[in-house]
Amino acid sequence: MSVTAAVVAKAFGFDQHRVHSSEGRPTSDKCRRLFTDMNLQSNDFELFGLAVQFSQDRKAIDARWKELQSEAHPDKFAAQGAAAQRIAMQWSVRINEAHQRLKQPLSRACYICELHGAPIQAENNTAMPTAFLMQQMAWREALDEAGTLQTMEEIAATVSKNRHELLLKIEHVLDAEKNFIAAAHLVRSLMFIERFASEVDARIDHLAP
Amino acid sequence: MALLQISEPGQTPDPHQRRIAIGIDLGTTHSLVASVRNGVSECLPDSEGRVILPSVVRYIDAERRQIGFDALAAQVQDPRNTISSVKRLMGRGIDDIGNRDRLPYQLNEKPGMVTLQTVAGEKSPVEISAEILATLRFRAEDTFDDNIFGAVITVPAYFDDAQRQATKDAAQLAGLNVLRLINEPTAAAIAYGLDNRSEGTFAIYDLGGGTFDISILRLTQGIFEVVATGGDSALGGDDYDRALVDWVLAKAGLAAQTLSPADKAALLSTSRACKEALSSAESVPFSVQLTKALINFEMKAENFEAATAHLTQRTLSAVRKALRDAKLDKGEIEGVVLVGGSTRMPQVRKAVASFFGRESLTNLNPDEIVALGAAISANQLAGNNTGGDLLLLDVIPLSLGIETMGGLVERIVPRNQTIPVAMAQDFTTYQDGQTALALHVVQGERDLVADCRSLARFELRGIPPMVAGAARIRVTFTVDADGLLSVDANEQVSGVKARIDVKPSYGLLDAEIARMLQESFSTAQQDMKARALAEARLDADRMILAIQSALATDADLLSPDGQAQIDGLIAGLRSTQTHSDAAAIEAATQALAKSTEAFAAERMNRGIKKALAGKNIESV
Repeated sequence: MSVTAAVVAKAFGFDQHRVHSSEGRPTSDKCRRLFTDMNLQSNDFELFGLAVQFSQDRKAIDARWKELQSEAHPDKFAAQGAAAQRIAMQWSVRINEAHQRLKQPLSRACYICELHGAPIQAENNTAMPTAFLMQQMAWREALDEAGTLQTMEEIAATVSKNRHELLLKIEHVLDAEKNFIAAAHLVRSLMFIERFASEVDARIDHLAP
Repeated sequence: MALLQISEPGQTPDPHQRRIAIGIDLGTTHSLVASVRNGVSECLPDSEGRVILPSVVRYIDAERRQIGFDALAAQVQDPRNTISSVKRLMGRGIDDIGNRDRLPYQLNEKPGMVTLQTVAGEKSPVEISAEILATLRFRAEDTFDDNIFGAVITVPAYFDDAQRQATKDAAQLAGLNVLRLINEPTAAAIAYGLDNRSEGTFAIYDLGGGTFDISILRLTQGIFEVVATGGDSALGGDDYDRALVDWVLAKAGLAAQTLSPADKAALLSTSRACKEALSSAESVPFSVQLTKALINFEMKAENFEAATAHLTQRTLSAVRKALRDAKLDKGEIEGVVLVGGSTRMPQVRKAVASFFGRESLTNLNPDEIVALGAAISANQLAGNNTGGDLLLLDVIPLSLGIETMGGLVERIVPRNQTIPVAMAQDFTTYQDGQTALALHVVQGERDLVADCRSLARFELRGIPPMVAGAARIRVTFTVDADGLLSVDANEQVSGVKARIDVKPSYGLLDAEIARMLQESFSTAQQDMKARALAEARLDADRMILAIQSALATDADLLSPDGQAQIDGLIAGLRSTQTHSDAAAIEAATQALAKSTEAFAAERMNRGIKKALAGKNIESV
């Protein structure tokens, strides 16, 4: 069975061929980077005093985040002049960046893979197992046909269950097997699932009272 | 010979005495100013003991104006020149304003933000808001008989960048030093949380005169973390008034178009009074004399409730959306705080209580709570920190992005990100040899640029010609703690840079602000000078004090030379301070600030490292 790249792209809501209407507008290469120009050597895990592993306690991450912001937030230095404000702002931004990346399983997994020399490269690497692609197609069709809030919430529940199972698998491959290349493949699947989940949420938002 | 002063033990006159900091709730229908006195946040009354200032400005002629209750009283008599609910026009273009045919004003279409044609000429919403802010500033100055060090101004959480910037401009125009813009629900949470020492997850339901906000906050040990925020910056008590007007007109068989501006104003103010009376009665008489008709009947609460049910439902939709964003179930909300005068309407209270399945918390006055919280925050930011550990971790309410090919929005900062935040994304050129890139910054949740709010446009020029796709242009969005945006674009290969502080398209330039300042508040030149000098000296005192306290704890970070240099600069500033040259004092303060920047960075590093170390010991 063969599935063409264009169909796959369409099935996943990728718009690889953007409509080019006017000159001079920027074209995104989708290579999203967070702010990293910070004079700070430590990585996110070091900054937060956590072991470099996927399995994390969200409560501990949040508590640590608040602790660090209590030290560095610009408001803590409001009476100390512009220089202190600027530096505090840089630290505060850096702490928020690390918190954002650590708290979400997807970005945390991406980050761990990158730290171990297995970047995700989602744009260049779209090779996916056929079974996974077929499942995604089926979900998309189901979403397109779903007319009621209830069916959409059923789809959301299925997606959420799949996501949870995949997260457990990623945790095992990252933390126990330490196979970062294999984990990067799984993370790419997770990206598809999360993208789809956010589309379902958007549809629910649209329909919900 | 001057006598040496000796003060009472324990009462040393401190040059770094308490700075007067105020919190201002700049509301759609009314505004308040509060300050922390003797450790207690309280609203400041006017000379007649009233804390509320109606947000109404009347231009009598080119020179004279009335602000507050006097203006409100003149609304029916002079509707065109009596501007109320100007907050709804802040940072808004003509197409953004709903119901504009119902407004009794003459609006001028201007790029970015409308202006109003009055007997005193063309007035921007920023200038009109500045009149209100200045009135409150004078009230505070009279109360303390002193200059105001700075102010925290509250804005609806759902205000976008243009609305925030307009508010900040208005404060600047009113001669206020803005310590911070904070979100109204967050201010309410501060007042509420500190008052009640609450902990847990709270929903703040804030229905004001013209705006609706919902914020979900988590309170832990003095830290106020906004988890999600949402709302509608054009939904409030005003809309309930209008819905009542519509209901009355339909009942009387009249069409809105046939009414004169005076009729419209009379009907609106009667409806508002009726709405307020219905907060404590099941039915009230509704009576108004129009040019061509007398309307007189008994208004029932149930009819008012039915006529406005769609508005109440709209607020609950926003509440559901915020809960979804927060990934919380309504059962996980441990308390609901009602803010804003419009939450006095029984139908609103009932709907909120039935939605959350619990009675709301209302032990603070919903009109005053926002100003009280803003004052607590202002006191803290001014450095009069007495209580200790208040920290706000607020979020950006609406996503920020830039326009890409095909009029699509590429989102760079998604909504509900904790601020301050900086996020970057790489873009490239579309054509071979392209040397410039047009960047269009937008805000909103929709995918098409046309459906989002345009914030700014700027260009990155001088990119060396390359084949399409070879350039690497990193666009960085930085949102500061006030929620205001600046954008940097940087071509990585050539190092070409462009930067813009996002000012809304109406573009109030600093020079224009200065001109308006002079025109609006013809403060005598002498006063300005004296004030500038006092401020420069105060700034210098603050700087010296801050550095001395830093030296006391962290002098070991400096080399002996470094310390000697700082000591020299402090001594220099001290001697400059004794002269009456504000500019020289400022320059010396700047020099000191600049030369201690590295030291400040080192200290900050040490602080963070200490925090890290403390945590690591705990977790071992």
